[in-house]
Amino acid sequence: MSDNSAPAEYLSPNQRAWLRFKRHKPAVISSVFLIVVTLLVVAWPLLQRPAVAKRMPAPLKVITDAPEKGSDAQYQSPSARYWFGTDVHGRNVLARIMSGARISLLVGVVGAVVALIIGVTWGSVAGYVGGRWDNIMMRVVDVMYSLPSILFVIVLVATFNEFLRSWLTKHFGPLAGIYAPMLFLFVGLGAVSWLTMARIVRGQVLSLRHRQFVDASRSLGASHARILTRHILPNVYGIIIVYLTLTVPAIILYESFLSFLGLGIQPPMASWGTLIAEGAGQINPIRIYWWLLVFPCAMLISTLLALNFVGDGLRDAYDPRGERA
Amino acid sequence: MFFLKRILSFIPLLLVITFLAFVLARSMPGSPFDKERAPASPEIERALRAKYYLDEPLIKQYLRYIGVGWERNADGKLQPFKGGLIRGDFGLSTKYRNHTVNDIIVQALPVSLTLGALAFLFAQGVGIPLGFYTAVKRGQWGDYIGSFFALLAFCIPALVVAPMLIVVLSIKARLFPAGMWETPLHAVLPSVALGLYFSGRVSRLMREGMSTVLHEGFITTARAKGLSESKVLLKHGFRLAVLPVVSFSGPLLADLLTGSFIVESMFRIPGIGPFLVNSLQNRDALMVVGLVLLYAILLLVLNLIVDLSYSWLDKRVKYE
Repeated sequence: MSDNSAPAEYLSPNQRAWLRFKRHKPAVISSVFLIVVTLLVVAWPLLQRPAVAKRMPAPLKVITDAPEKGSDAQYQSPSARYWFGTDVHGRNVLARIMSGARISLLVGVVGAVVALIIGVTWGSVAGYVGGRWDNIMMRVVDVMYSLPSILFVIVLVATFNEFLRSWLTKHFGPLAGIYAPMLFLFVGLGAVSWLTMARIVRGQVLSLRHRQFVDASRSLGASHARILTRHILPNVYGIIIVYLTLTVPAIILYESFLSFLGLGIQPPMASWGTLIAEGAGQINPIRIYWWLLVFPCAMLISTLLALNFVGDGLRDAYDPRGERA
Repeated sequence: MFFLKRILSFIPLLLVITFLAFVLARSMPGSPFDKERAPASPEIERALRAKYYLDEPLIKQYLRYIGVGWERNADGKLQPFKGGLIRGDFGLSTKYRNHTVNDIIVQALPVSLTLGALAFLFAQGVGIPLGFYTAVKRGQWGDYIGSFFALLAFCIPALVVAPMLIVVLSIKARLFPAGMWETPLHAVLPSVALGLYFSGRVSRLMREGMSTVLHEGFITTARAKGLSESKVLLKHGFRLAVLPVVSFSGPLLADLLTGSFIVESMFRIPGIGPFLVNSLQNRDALMVVGLVLLYAILLLVLNLIVDLSYSWLDKRVKYE
C-alpha cells in the first residue's frame, strides 16, 4: 500500500500502521466512542453521587404511593428525569447500565489480557522450539478447539464459586464475597479464549526464528528467553494487539452469555448480560417494558461493534495484505 | 486409516474429559438432596446416598460410572460393575427421579440437534451468499452495506436477538409462537435467533476466502479462457473460497452449542441446554458429566465430518 500523504520510507512500521489506522474512518469513530464510554464508566461514581442524593426519594415514593397489588408504578418509562426509565425495583436503568458496563468491560479486558498471556506464551514457545514439541503443543490447541471448553468454565464456576466466596468473605470482609464469580470469569474466560492467539503468534514466530537477526543474536550468545522476548516478540506486537482487540468482544459475549443464564455475575452486581436477562424476564403480553431491553442491548451491541471496528482497523493497519479498497 | 486413528484417539480424550467433569461435578458444594421438601432423616439420606453410590470413594464412583472394575456382591463373589459408560449407560439422575440420564438424552437430544441444524443452515444460507456478494462487489457500495450488516450480525448475540424477536414478532405482530417446540412454526424464531450471529461470522469468512481466491492465478486463467464471469466465480472460485468457512465450522459448531443454551431457555425449548443449567444448579452430578460428555462426542464427530468435507472440497489436502 502506498502512502502519498507522507514520505513512507522515513517512518517506522508502527508509524505507518498508525497512518493507515487513521484513514479507517469507522475505526477512528469507534475508538473515540470507546474512549468516551470508558471515561463515562470510570467517572460514573463521581457523577452519580450528587444525583443519588437528589433523586433517591422519588422511586421510593412511587412505590409507597401505589401499594395496591399488581401495580407496576415502579416501572417508569424513559423521561427527562430517568433517561432510560426505571426497573422492577424502581432503580434508574441508566445507573444500572453504567455499573453493568464497569463489570462487563472489566471482565472483557482482564479476560483478554489473561488470554493474551497464555496465548502468547504458548504460541511463541511452540513456534520457537519447533519440532516435536511444536507438534504436541499445537495438537493440544487443535483438540481444545473442538471441545466445549465453555462448559468446563461453567462447571468450574459451579464447583468452586462457593469455596472462593467463603474464602474471600473470611479474609477480605463480607462484601468481598460477591466478587468471587467475577474472578472466575477473569481466569476462566481467559483460559478458554487464548487458542486463536496461540495459533497466530506461533505462525509468526515460526517465520521469524530463522531470520538473520535472530541468528546474529544467537551467535552473540544471547539466551533463548532473551532472543524470544527482545528480538522476536517485538516483531509480533502488531498482530498481538489486533487479536487482543478482537478477543475483548468475544469475552464480553461469553460473560453476558453466562450471566444471562445465571451462571456468571450474581445480583446485586450487574453486567450487561444480567440486565438483558432481567429485561427479558419481564416480557409479558400485557405491557412491554421495552426500555429494560432496548438500552442494555443497544449498549452491548454498540460496544461490540466499536471493538470489532477498531480490531478491523488495526488489522488493516498492521497487515496491509488484507487491504481495504 | 487416518480417520480410524482419529476415532481411536477420541477414546483417551473422552476419558480425560469424563474424569475431569466427574471430579468437578462430584466436588460441587452441597448435596443433591438439599432441596428435599422435608429434611430427610439420617436413615433416608443414607439410603439415598447408597442408592446413588455417593457413599463410595470418588475413584470407585468414577470406575463404576465408566463401568470398568469389579465389586463383591452379597455372597462375597467378585462380579463386574453393572452398567457404566462402556455399556452405553449414563447413570441415574438425582434431580429427575426415576429417570436415567439416557432417558433425558433420548428425549432432549433430537430437539437440540434439530434446532442446531436449522440454525446452522440459516447461518450458512445467509452468510455464504452475503460473503460471496461482498467479495465480488469489493470496494463498491454493495460491499460496504453488506459488510456492515455482516459485522452488525456478528455483534448481535442470541441473547439480544431472542427477546427482541419475541417482543416484536410474537407479542406485537403475533406472527410466531413465543415459545415451546411443537409445529414447524415454533422453530422459526429460535433458528433465526441462534443463526443470525453466526451468519455474520460465516459471511466475513466467506468474504475473506473469496477475496483471496479472486487474486489467484487460476482465476485469471479461467477469465483468459473466455469463460463467463458467473462460471469463473461459481465453478472455479467458490469451491476454494468456501474453505475458510468449512475449516471454521468446527469452532463455529462449538459456539452454536453455547448459544443454544440461551435460545432454548428463552423459548422454553425442551433441549439439552436447560437440563444442563438445571443439573448444575441442582448438583445433579451424573447429569452434568453425561451432558458434557455428550457435547464433547458431538463436537468431535462433527469436527471429523468437517475435516472429511475439507479434503473433499480441496483435493490438494490429503490425509494419510
